[in-house]
Amino acid sequence: MIRLENLTKHYGSFVAVDDITMEVPRGLLHGFLGPNGAGKTTTLRMIAGILRPTDGRVLIGGDDVHKKPLAAKMRLGFIPDRPFVYDKLTGAEFLRFVAGLYGQEGDAIDRRIAELLEVFELTSWKDELVEAYSHGMRQKLIISSALIHRPEVIVVDEPMVGLDPKAARLLKDIFRQFVGKGGTVLMSTHTLEVAEAMCDRIAIIQHGKIVAEGTVPDLRRQHQAGDASLEELFLKLTGGAHARELAEVLGR
Amino acid sequence: MTARAVQPSLWHVLQPKWRTARQRLREARERGGWGRVSILVTVGSLFWAAVYKILYAVLKYFRGVEDLGPLLAGKLLGLVLLAFVSILILSNIITALSSFFLAKDLDLLVSAPVDWLRLYLAKLWETVIHSSWMVALMIVPILAAFGVIYDGGVLFIPYAVLTILPMLLLPAVLGAALTLILVNVFPARRTRDLLSLIALGAAGGVILIFRLIRPEQLARPEGFRNLLDFITVLRTPTSPFLPSEWATKAIMSYLRGSIDPLPLVLLWTTAGAFITFGALLHRQMFATGFTKAQEGAERFVRGTFWRWTVGSLLTPLAVAKREFVLKDIKLFFRDTTQWSQLILLAVLVVVYVFNIKALPLHRGEPVGFFYVNLVSFLNLGLAGFVLASIAARFIFPAVSLEGRQMWLLRSSPLDLRALLWSKYWVGTVPLLVLALLLTGVTNVLLQVSSFMMIVSLATICALTLAISALALGYGALYPQFETENAAQIPTSFGGLVFMMTTVALLGAVILALSQAVYTYVRAMYEGHPVVIDAKMIGWFTVAAAVCAAATVIPLKIGLKRMEQFEF
Repeated sequence: MIRLENLTKHYGSFVAVDDITMEVPRGLLHGFLGPNGAGKTTTLRMIAGILRPTDGRVLIGGDDVHKKPLAAKMRLGFIPDRPFVYDKLTGAEFLRFVAGLYGQEGDAIDRRIAELLEVFELTSWKDELVEAYSHGMRQKLIISSALIHRPEVIVVDEPMVGLDPKAARLLKDIFRQFVGKGGTVLMSTHTLEVAEAMCDRIAIIQHGKIVAEGTVPDLRRQHQAGDASLEELFLKLTGGAHARELAEVLGR
Repeated sequence: MTARAVQPSLWHVLQPKWRTARQRLREARERGGWGRVSILVTVGSLFWAAVYKILYAVLKYFRGVEDLGPLLAGKLLGLVLLAFVSILILSNIITALSSFFLAKDLDLLVSAPVDWLRLYLAKLWETVIHSSWMVALMIVPILAAFGVIYDGGVLFIPYAVLTILPMLLLPAVLGAALTLILVNVFPARRTRDLLSLIALGAAGGVILIFRLIRPEQLARPEGFRNLLDFITVLRTPTSPFLPSEWATKAIMSYLRGSIDPLPLVLLWTTAGAFITFGALLHRQMFATGFTKAQEGAERFVRGTFWRWTVGSLLTPLAVAKREFVLKDIKLFFRDTTQWSQLILLAVLVVVYVFNIKALPLHRGEPVGFFYVNLVSFLNLGLAGFVLASIAARFIFPAVSLEGRQMWLLRSSPLDLRALLWSKYWVGTVPLLVLALLLTGVTNVLLQVSSFMMIVSLATICALTLAISALALGYGALYPQFETENAAQIPTSFGGLVFMMTTVALLGAVILALSQAVYTYVRAMYEGHPVVIDAKMIGWFTVAAAVCAAATVIPLKIGLKRMEQFEF
């Protein structure tokens, strides 16, 4: 459903994403892990059509995001890591606006808005300006906006940041149900327990390159990690020595 | 274990701001190369030179007037400095609210072991710089003219700095204290709304009153009964308790060669006392105020009004365009800092129409046909300039204001053409209504012929379409995504280039039309029938082509630039 072909992104002389090729099939929840600055957000923003790749291409459902953007983006729901929304719109108005961007309106959308606000416990806030929302409430609103047009693919960057435990659990259930019904999720996260529990497959990116990809048992096998947890595997692949040094420095 | 924290120096607290400003300058230079810097330097130097030249000529004339000369010069300086102090008080109130209560670095500073005095002084310094740099730059050519005419010598430079500095500090302390008190009463965001409204209302009121009392009449000596009355008025201080008056006295006494230390002492001791009291007030009230500033505006909005009115009118449009237009209108009218600018706009329009009405063209005697048409024609250029200023304020920032939400627009299937289309028409329709009203009303006041009325209205329509497109195009070409305050966007480099291009456009169109209008005026003046010949049509076509090009090209360039935006 999502296909990355030789995807590359340069910022001047800095290579943020280096020749990535990856496929996320339909009906799968795919984790995208990596240390800070590894190139996760850049990759996800290229998939969402926000950044243009320096080289390579992104296909969503067979449509090139940068050559046939409208067709590709109709299938997509994007949840960014930072919840920037229009402060002077109310929650309900924001959702109606986003639905409009996907060409949707009418009673069906009004019902959908009410449904999503109810699910995320924002109904009592629907007529309040977004400027009064907390970080977590904004995050919930953005998640609702990504679901409003019933996408086939969800690309999500750090979904759990700012969410309370109840909302985090709800989001996990929503993603699992979405995937169960044939949807596709590509999710970047730093919460390795969440990734291990939820994801069907995982890709680990470092210095802009995919250094490992597969199911957790596959990764253990590939890297002879026995029955190590995903956290141990991650540290092994991305430089666990640094973490040990850090612990020593903090312990001093 | 208790340890007394070693306090960072004031410079250390201010360093991130300084480094950020330096980095921004570096980035701007790298993006625009030396071309951008040289344009800024050229425009700035030209402006300085113009202010200097005008003031030099005025002061030279004053110097030639025996006895009255120094009095007139002192009065002029007093009025200029008074105007600057008024501007400074207004801008400091707005700036102090941002730097003391809404700035992003406050969480870090307040949570760090930085004592209240350092925080106060750092933020006060930030407020002074942000709100006073423009006034400080404006003062340079003015004082230079005074220094040169009255032979102030090189020592006049440090003396002037010593005089002006406390004059800049005082309004900042006052603004910070006033904001501190207001924030303790209202939530910060509500205070910002209130302050923008008060500030703009006050500024608009002052401009309106100043214009409506027709100050040009005061300049006529026949208005005074005798010379003594006139001298008495000149000798009376504008405002004996204001720092501008002390600064004027200090500067004029130096320039006359008899230094009076009292005004300078007054300036510095008052500044010192104000800073001390301001700091004490800050110690007492900042913590409570800062806590209150974290509160939201807590406003519930139903939002059905716009959906029923504008939404119904826009029904024939595609849903994405309709929602975009509705969103832009709602955001504009819900943001007090945005819509309150309409107060100034209304004042600008009233003053403009009043000026046309005040022209001595129809005062009983037969009116010169030539003059009426000339004024009506030049009126197009002036109206165009007024429209350009409005477009710079409202249309130019449109793309920049989408910056933080661009992730949503770029990841959705919204065609950027639709976005640009919505932005263009949301800005152009009100501007077009205003343009037609402005030109129509002034032409009626001038009693112009039908020919001139048609030419004016058609031209102003074409110009408005072009000016809006230029504003939007340049706004996309030079976006300011980092700026939180929309009011700062028009004063950026892109805003300057937009205004320069618009002046060039107005010049080109008026030049082309003048050829056609001249043929008409000449025929009417000589009593010949007006013949619309190929030459006249040709010039009209040239003007229309220039406007069409100025509409289409900027929009195309803007669209192309937006497609390349990366976030």
